[in-house]
Amino acid sequence: MGSQPAMVWHRDTALPNVDLIAVPGGFSYGDYLRSGAMAAHSPIMREVVRSAERGVAVLGICNGFQILTEAGLLPGVLMRNKNLRFVCRDVFLRVENADTVFSNRYSAGQVIRIPVAHHDGNYFIDEEGRAQLEGEGRVAFRYCDTAGAADDRSNPNGSLSNIAGILDPTRRILGMMPHPERLSDPTLGGDDGRALFDSMISALS
Amino acid sequence: MNDLSNATPELAAEHGLTAEEFARAVEILGRTPNLTELGIFSVMWSEHCSYKSSKKWLRTLPTEAPWVICGPGENAGVIDIGEGLAAIFKMESHNHPSYIEPFQGAATGVGGILRDVFTMGARPVANLNALRFGAPDHPKTRHLVSGVVAGIGGYGNCIGVPTVGGECTFHNSYDGNILVNAMTVGIAPTDRIFYAEAAGVGNPVIYVGSKTGRDGIHGATMASAEFDDQSEEKRPTVQVGDPFTEKLLLEACLELMATDAIVAIQDMGAAGLTSSSFEMASRGGMGIDLDLDHVPMRETGMSAYELMLSESQERMLIVLKAGREDDARAIFEKWELDFAVIGRLTESGRMVLKMGGETVADLPVAPLADSAPEYDRPHRPSPAQPQIAATDVAPSVGVKEALVTLIGSPDLCSKRWIWEQYDHMVMADTVVRPGGDAAIVRIHDSNRALAVTTDCTPRYVAADPVEGGKQAVAECWRNLTATGAKPKAITDCLNFGSPEREDVMGQFVGAVSGIGEAARALEFPIVSGNVSFYNETNGKAVQPTPAIGGVGLIEDLSRLARIGIDQPGLTLLLIGKTEGQLGASIYLREIAGREDGAPPPVDLATERQVGDFVRDLIETGKVRICHDVSDGGIAVAVAEMILAGSVGVTMSVPETADHGWWFGEDQARYIVAVDNKTAMKIEADAKSGGIATMQIGVSGGKALNLGPEGELPVNTLRDAAEGWLPAYMDA
Repeated sequence: MGSQPAMVWHRDTALPNVDLIAVPGGFSYGDYLRSGAMAAHSPIMREVVRSAERGVAVLGICNGFQILTEAGLLPGVLMRNKNLRFVCRDVFLRVENADTVFSNRYSAGQVIRIPVAHHDGNYFIDEEGRAQLEGEGRVAFRYCDTAGAADDRSNPNGSLSNIAGILDPTRRILGMMPHPERLSDPTLGGDDGRALFDSMISALS
Repeated sequence: MNDLSNATPELAAEHGLTAEEFARAVEILGRTPNLTELGIFSVMWSEHCSYKSSKKWLRTLPTEAPWVICGPGENAGVIDIGEGLAAIFKMESHNHPSYIEPFQGAATGVGGILRDVFTMGARPVANLNALRFGAPDHPKTRHLVSGVVAGIGGYGNCIGVPTVGGECTFHNSYDGNILVNAMTVGIAPTDRIFYAEAAGVGNPVIYVGSKTGRDGIHGATMASAEFDDQSEEKRPTVQVGDPFTEKLLLEACLELMATDAIVAIQDMGAAGLTSSSFEMASRGGMGIDLDLDHVPMRETGMSAYELMLSESQERMLIVLKAGREDDARAIFEKWELDFAVIGRLTESGRMVLKMGGETVADLPVAPLADSAPEYDRPHRPSPAQPQIAATDVAPSVGVKEALVTLIGSPDLCSKRWIWEQYDHMVMADTVVRPGGDAAIVRIHDSNRALAVTTDCTPRYVAADPVEGGKQAVAECWRNLTATGAKPKAITDCLNFGSPEREDVMGQFVGAVSGIGEAARALEFPIVSGNVSFYNETNGKAVQPTPAIGGVGLIEDLSRLARIGIDQPGLTLLLIGKTEGQLGASIYLREIAGREDGAPPPVDLATERQVGDFVRDLIETGKVRICHDVSDGGIAVAVAEMILAGSVGVTMSVPETADHGWWFGEDQARYIVAVDNKTAMKIEADAKSGGIATMQIGVSGGKALNLGPEGELPVNTLRDAAEGWLPAYMDA
């Protein structure tokens, strides 16, 4: 997409000069203790937190979202899915906030199709925290049906208020359980995820 | 009793060696083996490791083709897929452990087959599995399904290899002995393939991965005996998996493989350190000295016997070029894995094990390998079954009702509940997801792809092992063909009862001959595989289940076919001849309550002719919607095409169509959906080639219109297909 990513090792203690830090999905440390709990204490995470405080944009997808909550960059927790099973399937998301560096190529209320693949995606936060997220427009994406209705049937993991992705108060940090990178290529069955990357490139580079 | 005590015939019997085998061991050694040596003999000569009952028949299978780089005998089979790349794949059973401890049994089955593939230098790109459970109403079935699926997902999801396909069926013959067969497909550069042949006197033998514990001791021996009521006491022989460590091991091995430091490499699978060290030495005609004090141990006080027989997971044995130890150590330390030099290659031709300064075992390598027992066990052919036509089966219900029953039956219903628990998209190359004829996985950074599938119809093999063996290969070939892929090669996982029984051995001999015949006729060689005998409990054998895993190649991703009918106005064209064979069919079992009759015969010349014709239609861009006709015949095939694409079909069927026409399982048939002009052109071409075709319907609407048999809304079909498994598992 015209931007060169640089990989860093978890034991590194310095980051190259970048416009965006992406913490991808996966199973850091096997998720044996609690998803993301160990990785949040990796040496490089101290530098990620420092960079985020300086305003560098941070994107956490799936395990990356879990790591960002464990590292304290985003509020709330990701609990085991309500039905206790891993779930891998396409879901529909309603774009709740299209005015961020991550979502400016979407429109507010747009319904997009993106896959999820996780065991621990059940987002929870206390009532005060939820009210704050909602009130400040920090819910980025919500699980919904094809028509955009966020109901129980379209919620794949039991997340509170169908929350699929959230922003920090500066809106420079996004954590989301769904995987936009997995539907960014028509050969794989769709490219609704592509606009997220286009958004970041246009806003950050 | 300690490691150095002399073995006795009674002890040998407890280790599964017969009196003759024990006598041969004594003869080879020129003395009575000690306990450690007996342990090594017992695992090396177990059915699981030695193939002593099957070798004679496996030799008859075709294993070569111009594109085969490495056939059976190595850790996995290797084929050339062009552009400097090879596909490396194998399927293996983990049946007994999965019955005893379903989560860990299935998980470590996945872990083991992954190691077999990456030990040869491949990055795994796809996992598949073939699962057979007991009757749904058996009290253990639900628990086993739940545990096995969670175990497969738990391992594959964590290591980050997509689980893209497989099959899952139920039958009461598996009540006490489920089958869990796992397959991995990987891709490697053709000039970077690694083998397990030791070479170079003085080269160091390296142990990497996890530490060795007391888990899994005698797993290979357990896999070589039938079950009884006490089998659950064998739980301690089931290993425990750690997929994250395997992920580290995979990455570390691939990193080391990018250097030129490796001479030979083999994973520690069944029989752990024993088989890996022994087989590497044996293949290279080398001797090997191991100092067991250097083996990384998880617990204190482990004996030589335990160290040699442990099946702790996520371990590899590597022969390095002398002097490269530090390079390798740096890589494994970076990935936080154990690394230890535990021995050297020698020219003695012997395996010498030392511990605490003492020699604890001293065995000649070649004689032990070469004199592994080989049996020509008595076998009795299965009795021939009568052909069954529609006129022999009074239809108890109409087509509409029968179809709803079949599409919602345990064997044919949607397995979404299972594959949604597997990450089937990780690595972002899954082009066709589970639920079609074969899954399609893109070769990274290219416009080409592999098509992969596993197939077997055990009820056919039970009715006629030869035809059933042929059919398993033919169906696998057909499923690949139906996507537009060129079928390249197969791996097999042959699950049978006790080879010591003549009827079971007869099933095995028959099935292998059928598999061989089909593989030859379809130029679809067998490049790797596994035999799993003793799948029986209290003397009752499972249905003979030779699972076939196939790999095909798609040269152009813009020319592939999917099964879903996604637009109205298309003509459904049936390609291939319909006679209405109901013998051993799913209709006969689920609707008529009978499990008799001969399976549909497989005419391999026709199979090839029709398949090549259909593949050409896809490759030339004429066809993009195609499905093969198998279980449940035309009716079920059309229903599946509708469900995958959500557009209905109005059928136009011959006046003579009876339940044999709708549900018969005649082989070598495909249904394509194309515009009418293309359909006429295809029909003309088929006619000139002598291939039967018939227009059987037109797409459109929101229902399956069965003509005089009535109409089924798509939603009714969907509720039936999607309903059974979740309802069963939540009950």
